[in-house]
Amino acid sequence: MKLQRLIPLALFLAAVGLLAAGLALGQPRDVLAKAARVCLECIGVG
Amino acid sequence: MDNKLRGRVQFVAALVQNADLRGFFTGRIDQGAQKAVCVPGLNCYSCPGALMSCPIGSLQAFLSARPVKVPYYVAGLLLFFGALLGRAVCGFLCPFGWIQELLHKIPFPRKKLGTFPGDRLLRRLKYLVLAGLVVLVPMLLTDWTPAFCKYLCPAGTLEGGVPLVLLHGERLHLEVGPLFFWKLFILVAVVLSGMAIYRPFCKYLCPLGALYAPFNRVALYRMRLSEDRCVACGKCARVCPMQVDPSKTPNSGECIRCGVCVGACPTKALRLGVREKQGQGIRDKGQGIRDKGQGIRD
Ligand code: SF4
Repeated sequence: MKLQRLIPLALFLAAVGLLAAGLALGQPRDVLAKAARVCLECIGVG
Repeated sequence: MDNKLRGRVQFVAALVQNADLRGFFTGRIDQGAQKAVCVPGLNCYSCPGALMSCPIGSLQAFLSARPVKVPYYVAGLLLFFGALLGRAVCGFLCPFGWIQELLHKIPFPRKKLGTFPGDRLLRRLKYLVLAGLVVLVPMLLTDWTPAFCKYLCPAGTLEGGVPLVLLHGERLHLEVGPLFFWKLFILVAVVLSGMAIYRPFCKYLCPLGALYAPFNRVALYRMRLSEDRCVACGKCARVCPMQVDPSKTPNSGECIRCGVCVGACPTKALRLGVREKQGQGIRDKGQGIRDKGQGIRD
């Protein structure tokens, strides 16, 4: 297989690994906790 | 894909990401479980219509936690989007990129600005924004975080700040101070420059653009140049709104995969897609054979 095909494959595998680690640590919950409240800094009043 | 169709994809993408239209009337932001997922482009999660989360805001939230949390989940999502699409995310899926494209269509000023002295240098600024405001400041200076959102992001002002403060400021007890006016100033600067320059925020400041840029060389969706078809007429470089010369650097980190050059090529030497065509003398310069630096023509 050509290197140019292997690189995206390796990147996808790395992405799956990172996602799995993040899911195992409950990180989607942290994202939701931040996103479910108005981020005052983001809108410029914090 | 022609540019009209791309415009439709951009419209649908912006709408889908901000489909909770009730939020604009109630001033309440969505709290559904789907907000645990980050979108690929820049879309503020404090936009009253936002259904999902902003990857750059989420990244800063992890890095500014004490002790610092390694953002495996957000990094995994970004790596996935990057490996699949590279900066096609900017060209197709980013609502703030689309808004800038619409601004550029306003026929004022009549003469639009392409490249100019210092353009090449300015484009490096986005890498500094990514390294400084998105990564280092949140890790080192808690009081300043989320630094990119707080001090720079015009998407947050436009999508979150303006509607929430103007429509529901009193009810939500949102007190406007110098920071809001600073952010408003940045937004106005982006809007005005966006009428003269194509996607100025994407070119010079966007940390997501900086993050996806290196993926252009290796992403599944990329550009291929068929060298035995190319007659070096230079049309592709002349029409490129990002000032890339795709006949020399088809996978430049500045290319947002808009496809304008592909449509302009008289010999069909350029191709955007996932699959490689066999046996046509195609040189995929994805490994940077001649793609030096950002591949911008001066
Ligand atoms: S090189 Fe082609 S696809 Fe890339 S930004 Fe320029 S015109 Fe669009």
